[in-house]
Amino acid sequence: MDLALQDLGEYIVGHLPDEVEENEIKLGELILSAKAEGIIKVIHFLRDDVSCQFKQLVDICGVDYPDRSPRFEVVYNLLSLVHNNRVRVKIRTDEETPVPSVTSVFSAANWWEREAWDMYGIYFSEHPDLRRILTDYGFEGHPLRKDFPLTGYVELRYDDEQKRVVYEPVKLTQEYRDFDFLSPWEGVQRMLPGDEKAGDPELAGEEAGTGGARTGTKKVGETGGGEDDNDDAEARDRKKNA
Amino acid sequence: MGVTINPLAGDAAPLPSGTEQEALLQQMTDELQDKGFLLANVDRLVNWARSGSLWPMTFGLACCAVEMIHSYCSRYDLDRFGVVPRPSPRQSDVIIVAGTLTNKMAPAFRKVYDQMAEPRYVISMGSCANAGGYYHYSYSVVRGCDRVVPVDIYVPGCPPTAEALIYGILQLQKKIKRTGMLWR
Repeated sequence: MDLALQDLGEYIVGHLPDEVEENEIKLGELILSAKAEGIIKVIHFLRDDVSCQFKQLVDICGVDYPDRSPRFEVVYNLLSLVHNNRVRVKIRTDEETPVPSVTSVFSAANWWEREAWDMYGIYFSEHPDLRRILTDYGFEGHPLRKDFPLTGYVELRYDDEQKRVVYEPVKLTQEYRDFDFLSPWEGVQRMLPGDEKAGDPELAGEEAGTGGARTGTKKVGETGGGEDDNDDAEARDRKKNA
Repeated sequence: MGVTINPLAGDAAPLPSGTEQEALLQQMTDELQDKGFLLANVDRLVNWARSGSLWPMTFGLACCAVEMIHSYCSRYDLDRFGVVPRPSPRQSDVIIVAGTLTNKMAPAFRKVYDQMAEPRYVISMGSCANAGGYYHYSYSVVRGCDRVVPVDIYVPGCPPTAEALIYGILQLQKKIKRTGMLWR
């Protein structure tokens, strides 16, 4: 599988040496990094080439890396039903540089690009109708950017005098609490209160004593194993009755 | 004149079956056969009618709607309480806010509420409708639908079970019987 993907990646790079910068396989999936200017050509090739035939545009999404210099990444996920293959194409851009819209190649891209615009503020040039799609009418800001506060800037209530819904600056009665817990599935790894003596060599003997006690308990458990014998006896009885 | 029932006892529980109840029923039957009509307190009659035919506006917003659908369907069957979902606010008496109320939905929700005829009631179903719930700190969710409309009954849960919603509806019926009147 990986070999076939490797071949496909090299094939694509061979045909688009100027547009595709690198191809790699991560977690069994082919990822292409492309130049933003050439994205239409890349998507067009992936859709129409006989050995690609990625005819479904599954998703377009944005990613915000605030530490990188062009901070945004636009990710195109494509699916080929003919070859049972998936490919991911990544390009990079910033807040101002528009990305060429691929609506001319895939009409499905229209709403995906509107979503990427709404959530990240990524511009798409030549898009037929680039406006917000998910957030409230008249919403300001792009909520999935890392510098957008979780609670936003405005909140809403019905004003009885104006007889309409009004927006006001956010006033939280309780601040958002950022709990610093480790994963609940892994369990708490740090020192618990009362555990300070756990590694103390002086107490090792005592610990061994506890261990002995535990073995004792186990022995009691083993005696309880007699129940199994009883079960067997019962089973035999049932067999007889049958 | 006619059958007199202690008016103060009206809010109390119905008479238990027994000689007292039978005597009262017999008295009422005689009255009906004799005169052809019965006298009762109008407001109590109206309250009985209102609480017995609460038509809710269908307003499922999120996963709570599924539990609401369960309570309408054959297992719990809200029909037997006279609760029949309506597709239009102009036909409904109560709106069940079942799910997350987002900022974008809030003006539409208020408009639907405004179009309902008086007397109207609101049941807030689930954590999100009660106070924003899981999305309390979100930039796009109203922190409780009582910021937009006055709420009569809050049903807690995430989502509340169908039984919980039915309990809420029964509580609303009780509330109407207790406080409802002809004028508002």
